[in-house]
Amino acid sequence: MMLPVIAAKNIFRAGVKTWLNAFVLSLSFVIIIWLQGLYEGMNIQVTREMINAELGGGQYWVASYDPYDPFTIDESHSVPVRHLEDLIQAEKATGILISRGMIYTDGRAKPILVKGIEPSQKILSIPAESLKPVPGNFTPVLIGTRMAKSQNLEKGDIFTIQWRDANGAFDARYFEVAEIMKTNVQTIDNNQVWMPLEKMRDIYGMKGQSTIVVLGKDVEPVPGSGSWVFKSKNVLLKDIKDLVQSKTAGSLILYMILIFLAMIAVFDTQVLSIFKRKKEIGMLMALGMTRKKVMALFTMEGVWYSILALCLAVIYGTPLLYITGRFGWALPAATDSYGFAFGERLFPYYSAGLIAGTIIIITGLTTLISFIPARKIAGMSPTQALRGSIT
Amino acid sequence: MNTDTIIQTEGLTREYPMGRTVLRALNDVTVSFKFGEFAGVVGPSGSGKTTFLNIIGTLDLPTRGVCTVLGSRVAELSNKAAAQIRTNEIGFIFQTFNLLPVYTVFENIEFPLLLLGKTKQERKNMVYEALEWVGLQDRAESRPGELSGGESQRVAIARAIVKKPRIVLADEPTANLDAENSHNIMRTMKKLNREMGITFIFSTHDEKVMKYLDREITLNDGRLADDRRISASERGGMA
Repeated sequence: MMLPVIAAKNIFRAGVKTWLNAFVLSLSFVIIIWLQGLYEGMNIQVTREMINAELGGGQYWVASYDPYDPFTIDESHSVPVRHLEDLIQAEKATGILISRGMIYTDGRAKPILVKGIEPSQKILSIPAESLKPVPGNFTPVLIGTRMAKSQNLEKGDIFTIQWRDANGAFDARYFEVAEIMKTNVQTIDNNQVWMPLEKMRDIYGMKGQSTIVVLGKDVEPVPGSGSWVFKSKNVLLKDIKDLVQSKTAGSLILYMILIFLAMIAVFDTQVLSIFKRKKEIGMLMALGMTRKKVMALFTMEGVWYSILALCLAVIYGTPLLYITGRFGWALPAATDSYGFAFGERLFPYYSAGLIAGTIIIITGLTTLISFIPARKIAGMSPTQALRGSIT
Repeated sequence: MNTDTIIQTEGLTREYPMGRTVLRALNDVTVSFKFGEFAGVVGPSGSGKTTFLNIIGTLDLPTRGVCTVLGSRVAELSNKAAAQIRTNEIGFIFQTFNLLPVYTVFENIEFPLLLLGKTKQERKNMVYEALEWVGLQDRAESRPGELSGGESQRVAIARAIVKKPRIVLADEPTANLDAENSHNIMRTMKKLNREMGITFIFSTHDEKVMKYLDREITLNDGRLADDRRISASERGGMA
């Protein structure tokens, strides 16, 4: 009990030096928590957006479907097995038919993915209701903002889609842009056109068929789905999570630099302190402190730096972190090219684990860094220390 | 060892390696001190006075010979046991005062009591008692930087005696003080010696200090050159 009090006195009364060290260390606390919070928030935001707009509670895929192999897509469609059909009828799942097509906009042909979705579905948060046919109009289609921008399309524009049906016959027809959806999920936007499921089944000659069946968020997968393979949310999110993970790993370099700078400040102070306070060390031994206790005292002084830094970090860091957590961090337009479903603002998420982990790591490192120079005291003789001589 | 004997050395020798040679700071010193003595180890610079005090203060170890302090052989003490003796039984006063700079006068004097685990109230009472002995009650909240040399040394004395040790070792306590302050300091210590029965052992080559001593042990080149009692008449009526 006595040592922490003595160490605190020594630290608090050392003046500007103490506050400078504590401030540098507190910057590490705040910046590391903030940056980690951004990545954590990114992870949560991306996951939530993708689940809402694309993945639902998991998906059943036709066994041959491989989204990364365009040559198999034309063959990857089938009538859902009975229990999947039941889930669709009960509005606990929705079928999506995926095939290839070609659009002609701006006088150029461009390969696209055509996706059919039930306009009345409530499983995915995309404005599918806009796909309800309007008598007298062309078949409505839905595109995302990125697709609209890249093809110079606007709501109400009419353009041609060409496709090859299940029998291998080519056909083409006019379609009208019924809605341009604003979505953060690029994988339902880029080079894609959404149309009413029944219309697509009809023109592609794939009656009653789907490529994937998306389950509602709380719907449990059912075993024994024949040629339909279940892909859980975690499996479907793996690629994007790996991408976030790689970005997080990149930020480790910045953390290490920050921690290194803070530790250098503490280390320097401790080394200088032991050098300058040699007579004091000798006096403490003369007064009856063992070398181990003096060592512990100097180490404890280092620990106080981290406690003080933590207090400073709480004082100026809490409002700072709260504001960024509450109002988010506006992202530049170029962030869209990252391939993440960010949105316009990124909301950091500061979990208890993140905060506790950062505190433990920095306090632990500070203790270690304070202990290393303090070990020198163990080899110091009281008489040499009292003379203030260098050993 | 006589029951009255508080410190005893026999053939005490301390050598320091100096490159290829060996510096013998103490050479075969045999001497003993009784409870309540007011004794000085005198001699020119480099005669081994500080080394002698360091060994009997358990801060250093002899190379040869025996040094027994309060019944314990210094050479056989562990670090912890030596520290324990210093905590409980020995007070130190140094030429350069060695006050802890960030502490107030009160806190400097309080420090040995913290090591003894005294309660807050006990510490407060004992510190103010010590401040009264040295006449610094009004400087309790001052910092060492605000004190004169004489005041600093009086704080150092208060810190040495606050725990009521059996032995106080003072290494050149007046070397940094003017004549008036030196006399004041010596009078204070003499009073404490009489009233509290604390054994004071000084190292000094200051004539002003020597006038107060009851016993003078002279070291020369690390050897015991003389050991004599001084009568009141020899001291010229001092204290």
